[in-house]
Amino acid sequence: MAPVAIARALNMGLRKALEQDPKVIIMGEDVGKLGGVFRVTDGLQKDFGDDRVMDTPLAESGIIGTAIGLAMRGYRPICEIQFDGFVFPAYDQIVSQLAKLHYRSQGLVKMPVVVRIPFGGGIGAVEHHSESPEALFAHVAGLKVVACSNAADAYTMIQQAVTSDDPVIFFEPKRRYWEKAELDVDAPLTDAVPLHAARVVRPGRHLTLLAYGPMVKTCLDAAKVAADEGHEIEVVDVRSLSPIDWPTVTESVRHTGRCVVVHEAQTFLGMGSELAARITERCFYEMQAPILRVGGFATPYPPSRLEESFLPDLDRVLDAVDRCLSY
Amino acid sequence: MTADHGVAEYGAGDLVQLLTPEGLRLEHPDYPLEISEDELRGLYRDLALVRRFDTEATALQRQGELGIWASLLGQEAAQIGSGRALHPDDMAFPTYREHGVAWCRGIKPESLLQLFRGVNFGGWDPKAHNFALYTIVIGAQTLHATGYAMGMQRDGSENAVIAYFGDGASSEGDVNEAFIFAASYNAPVVFFLQNNQWAISVPEERQSRIPLFRRAHGFGFPGVRVDGNDVLACLAVTRKALQYARDGQGPFLIEAFTYRMGAHTTSDDPTRYRLASELENWKLRDPIERVKAYLSRNGLADSAFYEAIEAEATEFAARVRAACLSMPEPKPLDIFNRVYAGGSPLVDEERATYDAYLAGYEPADSVGGR
Repeated sequence: MAPVAIARALNMGLRKALEQDPKVIIMGEDVGKLGGVFRVTDGLQKDFGDDRVMDTPLAESGIIGTAIGLAMRGYRPICEIQFDGFVFPAYDQIVSQLAKLHYRSQGLVKMPVVVRIPFGGGIGAVEHHSESPEALFAHVAGLKVVACSNAADAYTMIQQAVTSDDPVIFFEPKRRYWEKAELDVDAPLTDAVPLHAARVVRPGRHLTLLAYGPMVKTCLDAAKVAADEGHEIEVVDVRSLSPIDWPTVTESVRHTGRCVVVHEAQTFLGMGSELAARITERCFYEMQAPILRVGGFATPYPPSRLEESFLPDLDRVLDAVDRCLSY
Repeated sequence: MTADHGVAEYGAGDLVQLLTPEGLRLEHPDYPLEISEDELRGLYRDLALVRRFDTEATALQRQGELGIWASLLGQEAAQIGSGRALHPDDMAFPTYREHGVAWCRGIKPESLLQLFRGVNFGGWDPKAHNFALYTIVIGAQTLHATGYAMGMQRDGSENAVIAYFGDGASSEGDVNEAFIFAASYNAPVVFFLQNNQWAISVPEERQSRIPLFRRAHGFGFPGVRVDGNDVLACLAVTRKALQYARDGQGPFLIEAFTYRMGAHTTSDDPTRYRLASELENWKLRDPIERVKAYLSRNGLADSAFYEAIEAEATEFAARVRAACLSMPEPKPLDIFNRVYAGGSPLVDEERATYDAYLAGYEPADSVGGR
């Protein structure tokens, strides 16, 4: 089939999930007739009815809180949070309720809820539309947190997330929504890379670039440029931010001896902090250089005219690669 | 609004009352109640036993056996009346003070004490009892109740949900969002607001400038104020509200006008913020005394009955105490249990590391295990 954009791949994955389990429902703001502001749920309400694809009142805590009740009743809600910056009204329900119910009920209550969040900047948006809050969720025990970076993963990962009996915070790289890739829609889901596995997306032997979501493409572009200068960069798409696939990550770093972590979220206490700390613990004797991090600054996300200075780009990634290689 | 925390407002015209504080039976055109003598005596027994349980739990806290206790003293009628209105297949979502409702749902008292002793977060199966775990974040459970009701609606269930919360919670965004979602989807949920006049130290007038039951009208569903110290009125009104929800007419708000006769919890000191005279006034409206007065006046119970209940309560309290004191301590490695349904390599690894760490310090002859 023709290449498919990430937004479309998610749509196809959601459609499959709705087809395969009558308990799966989609709920969120504008997910019905409009098909979501990014059209990820386009056409689903028309085909599955407004019982399965529900426009909700405009209240994020209400969306997650009622999804919790629906999950207690045996449903598998997929909630759309319209933009990253709007998840915070629901943060209490996610952190204090959704994440903990399985634990506090000693396993008697399962919470198969997916919370989809388009995240990251680079689209020239007004404020609160470009945030990268993934570490705030990965920090919370009881949540699983993943980020897709390409259409093929988007298609499989959203379906895998829906089958999870644990709550999954599903980050979608909104600036890459329209990037296309080939999908194999006939391959059984059981053959796909597991949801919580990282993946080497470009092999190399001089340095490992760790990234997820929108920065995977940036890192792949950087690796291509570095190759022209004779540096063979390995790019690992971390994919799962909680839990992290340490075997894949550490194997890569042991092999290359050098590592740079890249994300849009601010560097301070970002995912890169945890990645760097653990990799250092596990790969200390194989390391040739300290792990460097490239990310957003310790500032609020700036006005969009400044976002290109804020966001890690090819040059900032290559600069860090050069610095890491110079040790 | 009155500044005497419900003392004067209690008698106002909007209050549904079927049994006066003096034990006189009233009729209400909208809330007729058919009730047998046995049922009446059963309600008295429920009220007396949950009060005795509450007293014992408070004592256990004072003796250091519980970390904290949230007393239901004064709210027995609101909880027993509404709890006994539920069908077994209805679902209840409590706060952390619904010990009387828990009793009606067949929860073992020690399962409640486990939470307050710090052994676990509540030792009952929510599905087996149709009684959710206690929720401590104020008002959060009203959304769960609404979602659950939306699920029932989809399932074509003929049951309803009841969501408990308080006057303080009525200010929370979650409660207001629950009202909106319930109204929008016409969900079969009864919002049962126990207005006990105090949110720790903050009186109801800080939460609302209109009587709380009137809030419902703004959300598009009925709201009724019931005498929360009148078990018959609470039973009748809750029954009707649940039936209204089951019949597909949507949500319903009940404000049970009552009084927290004790402290917020055993960590609180209400003498810092309220007058003793207020409590004295409310004691005259005690939820149990009026049932006793009614039973006695109508020859439905004699001293042998009350003595038997008293003996049962004493024996019950002793059982609760014994169960509390013999509760097994959790083991350190229990920390890692059931964080995820699907497991987690990180949690597994931390468990193994901590296990090895503990093993390294364990005397060879230790018992009890990790």
